[in-house]
Amino acid sequence: METNLCVAGFGGQGVMSLGKFLADATCNSTDKNVTFFPSYGAEQRGGTANCFVVISDDDIGAPLGDVMDDLIVMNGPSLAKFLPTLKKGGNLFINSSIVSDQIDRDDVTLVKAPVTELALEMGNAKVLNVIMLGVYVGFTQVIEPAIVWDTIEHKLASKPKLLPLNKQAFEKGLELGKAQRG
Amino acid sequence: MARVFMKGTEAVAEAAVRAGCRFFAGYPITPQNEVPEYLSRRLPEVGGVFVQGESEVASVNMVYGAASAGTRSMTSSSSPGISLKSEGISYCAAARIPMVYANFARGGPGVGSIQPAQQDYLQATKASGNGGFRMPVLAPSTVQEAVDLTVLAFDWADRDRTPVLLLADGVIGTMMEPVVLPEPKTEEEVAAIKASKKSWACIGHELDYAHRAWIQPGNWSTLVMQQVNEDAAAMYEAWKQEAMVEEYQTEDAEIILTAYGISGRIAKSAVNLLRAQGIKAGLVRPITVYPFPDAAYDRIDYSKVKAILDVEMSIPALFVEDVKAAVKGRARIETCLCSGGNIMSREAVISAAKKIMEG
Repeated sequence: METNLCVAGFGGQGVMSLGKFLADATCNSTDKNVTFFPSYGAEQRGGTANCFVVISDDDIGAPLGDVMDDLIVMNGPSLAKFLPTLKKGGNLFINSSIVSDQIDRDDVTLVKAPVTELALEMGNAKVLNVIMLGVYVGFTQVIEPAIVWDTIEHKLASKPKLLPLNKQAFEKGLELGKAQRG
Repeated sequence: MARVFMKGTEAVAEAAVRAGCRFFAGYPITPQNEVPEYLSRRLPEVGGVFVQGESEVASVNMVYGAASAGTRSMTSSSSPGISLKSEGISYCAAARIPMVYANFARGGPGVGSIQPAQQDYLQATKASGNGGFRMPVLAPSTVQEAVDLTVLAFDWADRDRTPVLLLADGVIGTMMEPVVLPEPKTEEEVAAIKASKKSWACIGHELDYAHRAWIQPGNWSTLVMQQVNEDAAAMYEAWKQEAMVEEYQTEDAEIILTAYGISGRIAKSAVNLLRAQGIKAGLVRPITVYPFPDAAYDRIDYSKVKAILDVEMSIPALFVEDVKAAVKGRARIETCLCSGGNIMSREAVISAAKKIMEG
């Protein structure tokens, strides 16, 4: 069993952190093989950024697959770029606050979450990635939510002030993700 | 030891520290910047020295100096930066100075691209500087292997007083993967390693001027220089016994994929998928690309094999030249290539293999 995930968005949306939290949690809590591979150009904030996470029971070949099982899209340009790589029957997670484009495929499962708006409502636009991570984990159940939270908590250990907000963001995401499970 | 989730560059840097490396000099270049970044923080913690040199040339020569004084020393770079270091590497080879350097290769030639590639193969294995020297070239295909080979590189360098190259690429450098790190050498062990080099390194001669160390990257006597080269050639010959290779599902294979480094792991997963589709594929993955594991290609049952498929992230194909020399005309050789910073697609490997088997 191998799951290929692509997370794509603007630089600054926390795309890399989202992928890393998930991959790191998998490494810490399971015997599975897992890879994280970032892809970015010379740009920083505002440029495109995407990363690939592969979780597998067997050895992992390419840390970025040709075909994605799951795709998380945080902005419009990423949808156009990566939707063709999503397999038939795959899961498409979109940041519905800013991705308003028509989804021209009816052979994928669409999970919508207005993570930019929700983050702003919580008072910090930066937590949109943690909300989306919650949505992804809540929907796919790929790994225990508690383990993902432990990893986030560990990574943010030097900034304890941010923990309550991130906890709220992660739980909101989990709730949204779980609610959209069939 | 528990596994930790680490980036390839940082894992190599940490492995170097644990292997007893106490000096690093380097100059920034993508995609290996995390090596100097990590070591700038980490080396001072263990009493080591980190220098960001003013250039690649300066950095490699600082390593030449530190290693001449018996300290386990390292530099790293990526393709165009490695070219700049070639003078210092050649001097270390000539003076028989143990040092380790890593190339997280990117697209080329020229400034090329900042994305991963395997286009430095011939430079790495045939001519990393002037003068016709050779050195062990270790090619990891996972972050764990990069860690293990970094430790081996320091041991090999010291044992034979030679530069050793870790030939990685931008994928191995930038990806994160679980690794089990080696136990760190104690300060006593690090000191003992240094002390063991007293017979040749500049670590003090106690007023015994007749036997003081004399680091010479050449010699004005042609007779001495020939002897130096004959000794080195004998060492290179002996290395053939130490070639390392992964042979996977080769016994009954009808098609053999062959690749090194990042392409090696992609080819391995292609072998599994081809087998699942009923195609008897196998893999030969050199781990040392110098010395090249010719014997693994002799162990192939050519009566069963329809073709060898060379998989590499280089156009034109470069690794294929060593493969051809090892296969010695016993099977047809085809290639599956990409270049310029594009990463090998597993689907492309599978379809290339299928085309051969159906053809």
